[in-house]
Amino acid sequence: MTTLVSVVVVLLLLWLALWTVVARDAFLAVAGFVVYGLLLSLVWVRLAGIDVALTEAAIGGGLTGALLLGAVGRLRGTEAGTDAESAAAGTRAVAALLAVGVTAALAWGVLMLPDPAPTLAPQVVPVLPATGVANPITGVLLAFRALDTLLEAIVLVIALIGVWSFAPDRAWGCRPGARYQADPDGILAYLARLLPPIGIVIGLYLFWAGADHPGGKFQAATILAAMWMLVQMAGLADTPRIDHRGLRAGIVIGPLAFVAVGVLGLRSAGAFLAYPEGWAKPLIVVIEVALLPTLTLVLALLMNGPPSRGGVR
Amino acid sequence: MRLLLDAFSMAAIVAGAFFYLAGTVGLLRFPDAYTRLHALTKADNLGLVLLVIGLLPQVDSVLMGLKLLLVWLLVMLSSAAVAQLIARSVRRGEGPR
Repeated sequence: MTTLVSVVVVLLLLWLALWTVVARDAFLAVAGFVVYGLLLSLVWVRLAGIDVALTEAAIGGGLTGALLLGAVGRLRGTEAGTDAESAAAGTRAVAALLAVGVTAALAWGVLMLPDPAPTLAPQVVPVLPATGVANPITGVLLAFRALDTLLEAIVLVIALIGVWSFAPDRAWGCRPGARYQADPDGILAYLARLLPPIGIVIGLYLFWAGADHPGGKFQAATILAAMWMLVQMAGLADTPRIDHRGLRAGIVIGPLAFVAVGVLGLRSAGAFLAYPEGWAKPLIVVIEVALLPTLTLVLALLMNGPPSRGGVR
Repeated sequence: MRLLLDAFSMAAIVAGAFFYLAGTVGLLRFPDAYTRLHALTKADNLGLVLLVIGLLPQVDSVLMGLKLLLVWLLVMLSSAAVAQLIARSVRRGEGPR
């Protein structure tokens, strides 16, 4: 019975993936992609990867979907033109060959994996209690692979700088995105007043639960950013000016605190990002708390796009 | 007692699944956006409440049960609000008649 469900979900995933790729209409393709992300998170649940499932649903399906929808909105005007074009037969053949080649290489790589797959899990599990974190995912991300997590946070900040660099000169330092107008007595404004208090509590709960249970800063930041977006879209608050000092401080505090803890480790424990004996849990909490505002702000501001409203500063 | 609760859960969940199925059939078969929304929101809300009622006897702790109820309330809230928003944007797209 469970095998049957798995097979059905896998077939559905493959069909959705194909449908998303061949869809001519950009909006439909994004809709397919979002559903694909949600189904994929179901697959992760079945594989007992709850943390990955949460991240996939929040970032893969939700946030990326919303970003792509924004892109679709911006491309609306050009879509008719691109639809009319069709590539030459040679280009198509090369593209098809390339796609098939990548698929074949990936399939070969997966099938060639030794069985059982090489794993460091048996070595990691006995030393995990030393980190003071009960959720193995959080433990690995912030103790054994802390450098990856640090680079991830830095990449997000760089991505935001990349988006901001598209700003025209006259708009630099101003507010990004559109000022949303919505009926102040409408359902959206109602939802934007009712939902954020609940969403903030759930976001912080997910963040705090991340130490011992599935959850963590990424999932929490996505929910918090979504609440902020909701308030903006209901016209209850404007997007922030990007030259606001507090905002910029919030954006860089995560990576800065992370690097500071790393340098501290260099002095007190002998290696960059090493935690001194008995200090692992408090330092991990410091990093997580510092990363939360960074991730929330970066995710929301990525959605807002480059500053566009010029005029009086 | 256990058996009775299990039977109750089973019945509620099957009924919930039936309403989801009905909602999906409505989504596929109904002629326009409004009736499709009607089918989806009504049937899915009923399906969800039946699923939650069916799962409640199976939880280990009161906290878990409260979380299930919270999920139910939040989904109700969002589906009702989103249905309104979609219907409104459809009406705006059609223009004044």
